[in-house]
Amino acid sequence: MPVTNVSQDTDALTLTITAEFAAPRARIWQIYADPRQLEKIWGPPTYPATVVDHEFAPGGRVTYYMTGPEGDKHAGYWNIVSVDEPTGFTFTDGFADADYTPIESMPVSTNEFSFEDKGGSTVATYVSTYATAEGLQQVLDMGVVEGSSQAIGQIDDLIRG
Amino acid sequence: MGSFGDRGSFGLAHTTDWLYVLGVSETDEDRADALFHALSDRTRRDIMRRVLAGEHSVSALAAKYDMSFAAVQKHVAVLQKSGLLVKRRSGREQLATGDVEAVRAVSSMLAELEQVWRGRIARIDELIATEPQWKE
Repeated sequence: MPVTNVSQDTDALTLTITAEFAAPRARIWQIYADPRQLEKIWGPPTYPATVVDHEFAPGGRVTYYMTGPEGDKHAGYWNIVSVDEPTGFTFTDGFADADYTPIESMPVSTNEFSFEDKGGSTVATYVSTYATAEGLQQVLDMGVVEGSSQAIGQIDDLIRG
Repeated sequence: MGSFGDRGSFGLAHTTDWLYVLGVSETDEDRADALFHALSDRTRRDIMRRVLAGEHSVSALAAKYDMSFAAVQKHVAVLQKSGLLVKRRSGREQLATGDVEAVRAVSSMLAELEQVWRGRIARIDELIATEPQWKE
């Protein structure tokens, strides 16, 4: 399993996931730099993603939509904050309307992706933060969720953060 | 850009669609709001740690914090309303206990977000696994 560590910070509303991929950083970087590859991995099989605009540079925007089982479409956007090939990039991710205009009333997450070389493999760290618990819950309610709920974590881990 | 139907926008108008897809009821959503609100405060999380370990009287809890009895009682009331804590009366004392099942519900919601990320990581892994040059 490529996931090597997961931590939840319930105070900061941050989820940090570390994974190790059997490919060099340059290869992992391509996945994000190439819209055709990005759309293969962003959406779950039941809600596949289609990347529309892809300006992968500081201040640039990436827009995408996910198509549901009924043909329903749900759009989102990234506002790229920083890009530092091949060590990482940061962006905000939010919901958009059909014209890819950000929906201000919807929650936005701040994301930091970083990639470290480990003898030809890549250690990827994904840090995703929501401003409020309500925002996080809203995202889950909106169905940016796949699969069933994971096994229940330790109660102490949850409330100690 | 594709067919978005005649609805013109996404967002909150579609929440019920999503809830339908996910099999989540409006009642669950209200409950989630109450749970997250209850746990959004440091003092309330601290109270939860104590009452999950065992029953405490509200006055014993109040003695642990540098705030008025009324303020602590208010925190206890928020936790009670969310279902995380249950109270019973014994003589003149109000006794509070944590509801383990309710706390587990919050934990499973947080775990859902983790699933999104695990899915993406698994798909990256699949993508690179189809390329023989990266195989170990």
